[in-house]
Amino acid sequence: MTYHNPPTTPRTSYTFDEYTLSEIRRAASTGIYDIRGGGTKRRVPNFDDLVMLGASMSRYPLEGYREKCGTNVVLGTRFAKKPLKLSIPITIAGMSFGSLSANAKEALGRGASLAGTSTTTGDGGMTPEERGQSKYLVYQYLPSRYGMNPVDLRKADAIEIVIGQGAKPGGGGMLLGQKISDRVAQMRQLPKGIDQRSACRHPDWTGADDLEIKINELRELTDWEKPIYLKVGASRPYYDTMLAVKAGADVIVLDGMQGGTAATQEVFIEHVGIPLLSAIRPAVQALQDLGMHRKVQLIVSGGIRNGADVAKALAMGADAVAIGTAALVALGDNDPKWEKEYAALGTTPGAYDDWHEGKDPAGITTQTPALMQRLDPVTAGRRLANYLKVMTLEAQTLARACGKNHLHNLEPEDLVALTLEAAAMARVPLAGTNWIPGAGG
Amino acid sequence: MPTIDLAKTSLRDLNATLHQLKPDTNETLWTITNPAGEHSIAVGVDAPITINIDGNVGYYCGGMNSQASIIIEGSAGQGVGENMMSGLIHVKGDASQSAGATGRGGRLIIEGNASARCGISMKGIDIVVKGDIGHLSAFMGQNGRLVVFGEAGEALGDSLYEAHIYVRGPVASLGADCIEKEMRDEHRVELIELLKLAGEANKVDVSEFRRYGSARQLYNFNIDNADAY
Repeated sequence: MTYHNPPTTPRTSYTFDEYTLSEIRRAASTGIYDIRGGGTKRRVPNFDDLVMLGASMSRYPLEGYREKCGTNVVLGTRFAKKPLKLSIPITIAGMSFGSLSANAKEALGRGASLAGTSTTTGDGGMTPEERGQSKYLVYQYLPSRYGMNPVDLRKADAIEIVIGQGAKPGGGGMLLGQKISDRVAQMRQLPKGIDQRSACRHPDWTGADDLEIKINELRELTDWEKPIYLKVGASRPYYDTMLAVKAGADVIVLDGMQGGTAATQEVFIEHVGIPLLSAIRPAVQALQDLGMHRKVQLIVSGGIRNGADVAKALAMGADAVAIGTAALVALGDNDPKWEKEYAALGTTPGAYDDWHEGKDPAGITTQTPALMQRLDPVTAGRRLANYLKVMTLEAQTLARACGKNHLHNLEPEDLVALTLEAAAMARVPLAGTNWIPGAGG
Repeated sequence: MPTIDLAKTSLRDLNATLHQLKPDTNETLWTITNPAGEHSIAVGVDAPITINIDGNVGYYCGGMNSQASIIIEGSAGQGVGENMMSGLIHVKGDASQSAGATGRGGRLIIEGNASARCGISMKGIDIVVKGDIGHLSAFMGQNGRLVVFGEAGEALGDSLYEAHIYVRGPVASLGADCIEKEMRDEHRVELIELLKLAGEANKVDVSEFRRYGSARQLYNFNIDNADAY
């Protein structure tokens, strides 16, 4: 009698999963690394790993739909003569004209203004559409200084010096030639159709001591009116926050690795920087150690999706959050209604990330006129405003449940973690325990 | 002719005063005494005035200048004339790093030497340095002209776009995608014009200069060029 092993189920490798195999084949075929937009796509510890405790015997909740829960935030109270007074603690992150269409930038301005919050320029200068439609506009001051001039600086409501971003701390950028229209080329003072490199280092200062002098120059230029933000990609948040305060920042913007980019190497997006969840508490700790918590405001970003994320970020000590990817989705990015066109690009709604190629069916990450026209800035702006309103209502709901009459009264004691990793990173107890892994050591 | 003594007047008051000047101001000649290396002197001026600074200045003197002529009777710290839009900045001594960085227009004349990264990311400014320049000068230079009477440090014009570079002395090395180019008649005319603007017309022989520019091989990403950087 012959013995036959019963057949096993074909087994694919966890290590060499379907995506990894496809990437190896793509690399072998092309000889070039993968470039894409967006933020990290793999799972990293995040706000879903936290829950809020709500009121109980020892806490007194506020009445939903009745009792007030404040949402306003003032940014830039340290030195600026004219701090930003926003209605909600959710701002729109910096995204460039060039990577986004003019209609998309206008829509972001419209949506933010309707919601009483700010939007932010990007690595391509300020467009009249964006300035015109943005009640509060933060002007990004980037290493490339594309489109940068003192007239626009003075038109801004705040200035954000970009040291880095969460998708690529330590990296510059590249706007590929196919997105360089006549208008983009003119604003950036480069020939049409060539790749435009965005430098990773500022051209006229190196280190925090120089930065302090640079900040003072910008203050002098704008007669000390504008709040000066410093944006850093989350990597060494404690020390970066310390140095930012020392350099004289009014506001620190801390961007976790889930934060998006217009175009960067996949390897950079997925492997450099730390998740936002792990970055907030060290930054807050630095502010507290310096006696500057709430005096220098902290805006956090990178994967913020809903009011729960907002409430949890604020409970960890942030003053406000910023959204980028989520705002684009609200405008219409990756909408299933363009499914056939996404399929033609070899992708699917929800996965489209070749923003650098300028072929966005939704008309957002493109400079192609026929595609750009698909996005109506008025309608898209309204959608963004709706979304911001929902996020705010959600955050208020959770805050009231915790007995807080202002979102800023949320505190770490309102949070527990569902995983060991999240407990250690967020420095809150594992649910049902008093254990904060790593605390005290 | 207003004179502002920085030993008695704060920098803030100085710059606020200069920012309030209208384009048709009659107060067109200003003197600043006792600058004592202070940073951010006369940043963001936007009026057709002349400012004489009687001594050495710190970082970012004349930063983002529009229209004004700023004469520095001494040396300048980092980022003199950074991102200037128009006008003139004339440094009678030496300049530190990143002189004229990202400058979009106007003229920056340096009688002495300029340190590293002179004209970094320049976007339309004309810079004339009568001495030497340091390493990585005109890095990612997009537009404008850089003229150097003396020597240039390492990696001149690295990742250059469309800026024009003229150097009379030896160049330690050229950066990625920067090459020496033929000096044709139109370049001699351009150089003569620049020398004239720098007060050196007929004093310097243009045939002693060599021209450098972009090879334009890195303008669009090509994997075959990966060894270049």
